Parts: sequence; C-alpha cells; structure tokens
Amino acid sequence: MSDHAIHLQLHVWRQSGPRASGRFVTYEARDISPEMSFLEMLDVVNERLTAKGEEPIAFDHDCREGICGTCGFVINGVAHGGQKGSTVCQLHMRHFRDGDELTLEPWRARAFPVVRDLMVDRSAFDRIIQAGGFVSVNTGSAPDGNALLVPKVDADVAMDAAQCIGCGACVAQCPNGAAQLFTAAKISHLAQLPQGQPERYQRAQAMVAQIETEAFGSCTNYGECEAVCPKGISIDFIAMLNRDFLKAAVRVEREARVAGGSG
Amino acid sequence: MTATTTTTSTGLLDARSPGGPIETRWERCKFDLKLVNPANKRKFTVIVVGTGLAGASAAASMAELGYEVEAFCYQDSPRRAHSIAAQGGINAAKNYQNDGDSVYRLFYDTVKGGDFRAREANVYRLAEISTAIIDQCVAQGVPFAREYGGTLANRSFGGAQVSRTFYARGQTGQQLLLGAYQALERQVAAGKVKMFPRTEMLDVVVEDGRARGIVVRDLVTGRVRRHAGHAVVLATGGYGNAFFLSTNAKGCNATAIWRAHRRGAMFANPCYTQIHPTCIPVSGDYQSKLTLMSESLRNDGRIWVPRRKGDTRRPGEIPEAERDYYLEARYPSFGNLVPRDVASRNAKQVCDDGRGVGPGGRGVYLDFADAIARLGRRAIEERYGNLFEMYERITGEDPYSAPMRIYPAVHYTMGGLWVDYHLMSTVPGLFVLGEANFSDHGANRLGASALMQGLADGYFVIPYTIGDYLVDHMGEKLSTDTAAFAAAESEVRQRIERLLGVRGKRTVDAFHRELGHLLWEDCGMARNDAGLRRALERIPALRQEFWEDVNVLGGGDELNQALEKAGRVADFFELGELMCRDALHRSESCGGHFREESQTEEGEAKRDDERFSYVAAWEWAGENRAQVLHQEPLTFEYVHPSQRSYK
Repeated sequence: MSDHAIHLQLHVWRQSGPRASGRFVTYEARDISPEMSFLEMLDVVNERLTAKGEEPIAFDHDCREGICGTCGFVINGVAHGGQKGSTVCQLHMRHFRDGDELTLEPWRARAFPVVRDLMVDRSAFDRIIQAGGFVSVNTGSAPDGNALLVPKVDADVAMDAAQCIGCGACVAQCPNGAAQLFTAAKISHLAQLPQGQPERYQRAQAMVAQIETEAFGSCTNYGECEAVCPKGISIDFIAMLNRDFLKAAVRVEREARVAGGSG
Repeated sequence: MTATTTTTSTGLLDARSPGGPIETRWERCKFDLKLVNPANKRKFTVIVVGTGLAGASAAASMAELGYEVEAFCYQDSPRRAHSIAAQGGINAAKNYQNDGDSVYRLFYDTVKGGDFRAREANVYRLAEISTAIIDQCVAQGVPFAREYGGTLANRSFGGAQVSRTFYARGQTGQQLLLGAYQALERQVAAGKVKMFPRTEMLDVVVEDGRARGIVVRDLVTGRVRRHAGHAVVLATGGYGNAFFLSTNAKGCNATAIWRAHRRGAMFANPCYTQIHPTCIPVSGDYQSKLTLMSESLRNDGRIWVPRRKGDTRRPGEIPEAERDYYLEARYPSFGNLVPRDVASRNAKQVCDDGRGVGPGGRGVYLDFADAIARLGRRAIEERYGNLFEMYERITGEDPYSAPMRIYPAVHYTMGGLWVDYHLMSTVPGLFVLGEANFSDHGANRLGASALMQGLADGYFVIPYTIGDYLVDHMGEKLSTDTAAFAAAESEVRQRIERLLGVRGKRTVDAFHRELGHLLWEDCGMARNDAGLRRALERIPALRQEFWEDVNVLGGGDELNQALEKAGRVADFFELGELMCRDALHRSESCGGHFREESQTEEGEAKRDDERFSYVAAWEWAGENRAQVLHQEPLTFEYVHPSQRSYK
C-alpha cells in the first residue's frame, strides 16, 4: 500500500470555541492511502495527533454515506471539496495528488457561527423549518393514502426538491451567505404537492421572513449554491420560491381583509 | 461465579399482552387503557431521548395531544438521526396492488421471518398499524413514488411474495424522517416541544422505583444537567456500533439503553444482530464504517467466487466453468434471493475457504454482466444507477465493466431493552421505542420493516399507552433537587473525570477497533461455544486495559469528541460481553443467530423450539457480576413454527 501512499500538507482552521479567535495550523498527513475517504484521512491525522498529546481536530460527521448532512467544510475554497454531487465524507483521497497542499476551513457564514475548529452551528436552518416548513396535520387525521392522487411528474419534482440534506454548503459557498436554496427546496417540495396547498402562501411568507431574522444575506443569483449542492438541487426552485413569495404578498393581504370583514 | 455460568430466574415477566382473538387485541387494549383528560395533559412532562423515526414521531404526536415534551438528540439537529440512511422502503399491508396482501399476511410473514422468536400480539399490532402510517406520511407531504395515474407505487422487497413496500427513490428513510422532523419542528414552534440538540443522555434517574428523569451532558459546553419528567421515552436506536465497523452512523451508540439497563431495565435478546449481505467490503485498516447498498441489487446481480482457492486472476479472465455461483447451486429455488442471514453466512463460508476476492480475500463478486447482456445497459442504469454511482465513488471501480465486490456487514440489532405490550420496560415509567427495544422482529428483521416499526411505535402506540401510565401520577410535582438526581449526576461526573484522568497510551478508536474485531470474529455471523467462551474471557480483560490505558485529551467542560466516544465505547464493552453471554446460552440457531453446533445435516440453521422458545431478558446484577436471565415464554396460537427452507 505504501507504494501508492500520498503525502499532503493540511492547513486547518483551529478555534477552541465560539468566542475564541482562530488560526490556521499546518499538519503533515503522511502515508495516506488513496482508498481512504477524506474523513478517514482526518481520522488518521487525529489518531497521530492524539498519540503526540495534541488535541484532535474537531469536525462534524455522522453517517459517512452522504445522506445525514452532518459533515461539511471548505477545502481550498470549495464547500465539500469540489467533487460533483458529493459531500466531503464521500470524497476519496484518490482524487488528490502526492504533495498537494490543502486548506480546510469551516463554513464561513455569519448565520453559522463556529462551534469549534471545523464545526459550525446550523440551528438557523431548524428555525426556518419551524417558521412553516411543514404541513399542519396532526397524527391520526389523515385520509387514505390513495384518496389523494398526485401526478407522477409532480411527485418527482417534489422529490427533487425534498432530497435536500440541510448540510449548509449552499450558504457557505454563496458570496452573500444566503439561505435561499435551502428554503426554496422545502417551499417547492410542499408547493408541488396537493397536501402543501392550504398553507402554501403563508408558508412562503413565514419562511422568508425567518431568513431575514437570521443573519443570512440576500440572494443575488450567483448560482454557486447549486454548483456545490451535494444533491444537485436546482436554482429553478429559487425562482419558484420568489413567485410564491410575491403571490403571497397579494393573497395574504386579501385573506386578512376577508377574515377581518367577516369578523 | 464464573463468567460463563447462567443464573436463571423463574419469575415470570408480565408482557401485558392481551388475549382473545388476535384481530381485536389492540382495539380491546386501547379501550381498556385509562385516558388523561385533555385539559390535564399539559400538566405532564414527557422526556423523549433520540429523534429518529420513533423519537421524532413520538415527540410530535404526544405534543399534539397536549403533553409538554422535552426532546434530546446528540446530533446538531433532529433531522440527522440515522433513520435518514434507510434506502429501501417501508412495508404496509395496504394491498393496493390487489396481489393478496393483508394485515394477516404481513403479520404471518413477520413472525415467520423472525424465525418464531417474536411476540405474536405485538407483531399483529405492527401489521395492523402499518396502513395508518402510510396515510399519515402521505398527508405530511412525503413524496412517495407514484404511478402515472397518481396512485402510490409499490415494489416487492427482500424476497416478499407481494408488493407491499412504499418508497421514495432510494431515500425512503430520509423522506420519512424529514416528515417526522417537520411535525416535530411544528410543535417546537408551538411551544409544546423543547428541543435539546447536541445533548447526550448519560443516565436515567429512577426514584421510588420509577423513571423520573435523565442526566445529560451538553456536548458544546460540557455542562452536565438534570431534567425531570413524569415519564421517560428512549428512542435511541440500535447497538450495531459495538462491532466498530457497521453500517450505522459513527455517532450511533448504546449509552442510553445501557445506562437504563444498569438502572433496572432488562435487556432482551442481545445476541440477535442482523448482518446485511450487500455492503462494500473493507479496503484497509483505517476503515471507519461500512456502506450498505440496497439488497435490491440481488434481483439482477449474480453472486460468485472462483472455484480455485487463492485465484488472483481478474474476474473477466476467469472462465465460466471455473466460477462457483454458490447460492444458485445450493438454493436452486431462491438462488441469489435467499434471506439476508443465509446470503451473509454463505459469503463468509466461501471466504473462510480461501476463495474470497479483493483486499484480504474478504469479498465475493456480485456480477451484472448477464443482466446487462439480457436487458441492456440502460435498463440496469435505470434500476440501479444511483447505487452503481455510489459504488464507483467509494471504490473507484466501474461496476458496469467489472463485477462489484460485496461483503456482509452489521446492519441492525433485533435485540434491545425488554418492553411489554405497552412498550414499557421493566422500570415503570421508562418506555422504549424503535430499534432500541426488542419487540417486533424476533431473531431476524425483514427488509423494509424497521421504518414501519419506528413509526408505528412513535405515531400510533406510545401516544395511547403512555396516558395509561401517566394518569396514575396526576398532580405529582417534578423536582430535580432530589437525592436520586444528585446521586446520578455525581456518578456521571465521576465517570467523566475517570475517563479524562487515565491519560494512557492508546486512543479510544484503537480500543473500539479491537473490541469490534473480537465481537465480529466470535459473535458475528456464526458463533460457537469455544469462540464465545474465549470472547467472554477476552472482553473483560480488554475492558480493564481500556480503563487503565485509554488516552482522552482535553477537558470535560468543553466540546470534546474523544470524550464522547470514550463514554460510548466503555458501554459497548459491557454490552459486548452481554451479547456473548446471551449467544452462548442460546445453543440453538435462529434467525440472525447461527450456532455452529446447531445445524442440519445440510448445514442449515436448526432451531430448538423445545428449549428456546422464549425471550431471553437479562437483569443487571451489579458491577462485575453476570446478569440474571429471565425468560418470557413465547406461544404461537396463529403462526405455527416450522423450519425455514430455501432450497
């Protein structure tokens, strides 16, 4: 194995806590097998650091199969490291060359404060969902599954949007730190289905309002989010969000008038 | 007492399993359950630990009913629990395909698939509830696959004779979890659920013989805190990570259920683990986890190894006559579609025989060449495109031009905390849901049934049964300022300090790998008396070494991932020992538990119903003492035990 092993130099962001100041620290990663995943390479680096009495690099990760959305950091300026349609846990060392120098940074976005080293706080995403990213249906009150017919194409488009893993790469890569792609994915998923119709416009309004409450920037159509999204979620969904948001302004106002008039 | 003698208690466990006709047992049980007045529900606080399918659905549903819920997960968001990784689908007895499915058939298949080691009443209820789960998930907006006419699509899965599996591409678990997560977040917004992410439960507090709260550690600040509740619900998943390498997420752990076990909750059937046959093989000793590929691949792929030992030729250079399609040869009627345990065991056998392929000879070929020739590359791409891509991303090999290499990996644990029909453990007020309990799958779980059980427990069982317990505790004041809480907190702190104080030479992962390897070798796909006895000697020795030589750097009052891992691995040591003890005492083969001494002349698993038709529930007996075995006898009034045959 050592015949093919590669040697890398890592510049890793180290920050002991949310309020501490951080800095880059350089580590040598020797004898790295090309068959390892990127996170396994970091495991090896951490085992060696621990043996030397140095605290390991903290990074978020869980399923290591690209679906939980826990992992993610920036490698040489690209969220998840630049392999198309992939999270960093699915990136393998065979894509790197001997002698490569890599800079590892946490997601850089005001809305995602650093927790430690490469870990950030993405709880703003949960709050966007809390604002309206659901269908209000209590357990037990559902009709038969086939009582509601959904055209196959609508179900497919809904699924294209619904597969967002909430990793935050879109925000990290966006020069403005905007959360439009994440928010649009949920809004479009539900707007595409009959189940999502009753609350459709309220939802768009409430979720967009929540983005503005958080420290996200505005969307100016750079499109970098789509380029790094591990699930390839299309920015067409942002157009869909904008349409629903505009319609919402008109509708919600009218609904308020109607409700006020009858009351 | 030596480590390998078993003390058996004859005291019977009360499963509170209703009698009478099986079709109406749940209905009658629900009618008999005491109700909590709607206006009184808000006076109760329920603690839910774990927010996967079972925990999130339970927390949301109980909050909708009016209970005050506090929910905890170790992940940074409840949306990331490992339920998210389930690919295949969820079973439900809808019979939408008009192909003869029914609640009774799903019940029958599950009891039989579980090799007659599950409680009939529970399994029937699971099958009965399965249909409501689909309705609920559809209403939430889960984008299930559809037919052109707009109806829900189904497929046959895991060798089932009917098409009862609902799916959302290869991401069914993800979509179901996001549905439950959204329902949960809706209740967070409504103020009915208080969510505590990045928080790990480190002990259950038992007061006056009933569960009264938990002690947790905030994983960001390291603060240890107490939380009180009128009831505690554990939905913390399985213990497959005891093996170090498994298809579980890295953070999956058994600490919550293990701590509960030490506080009096019996642990049932710990030796029942499921090994999944179609995983990507280990590539090196740095391997951190294993990746599962949907077993639907076996519908079109043919499994083979070279006939000759140590054959190092490339697969394409091995002529047809020198290949051994061992499943097709041995099981002519099921062929490559034999159940998971049979496929896994046979793969191990051919590798043990020196005919395995790939690094270390731990792999077998899964070959699509015939299917591509028969159906065309495009058809295969449509069916398995995403799986082929995943395989290529991980291995760097193209499965369209060379066969995949696969090997079995630990995937699911059927064992778990013992629960009665109400899903309550042997500690009153402590409920256990989903993979964390032992209840519905017997000795072997069928494909697409894990998602079904998690959601059944959370959406449709616990919201009913918890009220029956709570109503007797009306008006009881909650306080964390009690002797039991103080004692539990102090034990948690001492343990953290002890882990940090060792400052030995080996990392946590190094110990975990060694434990995992030991369990895999001696308590894996096939077990025997000598191996299990050996493991029962080696595990305690390794555990002692761990406590003397583990190296955990950093402090307790900060984010410290090594410390988190250390606590979990310490618990895996104790659990691993119990797994071996249970496996040793069960000298029959059943389901996922293959005892080499108990096989037919043809080398197939041989059950021993006369001696082992019971649930083995182990009671904690104190530090360094062997647990005491309790038996819950299993009776089969509807599905009559028969030996499985796939010839």
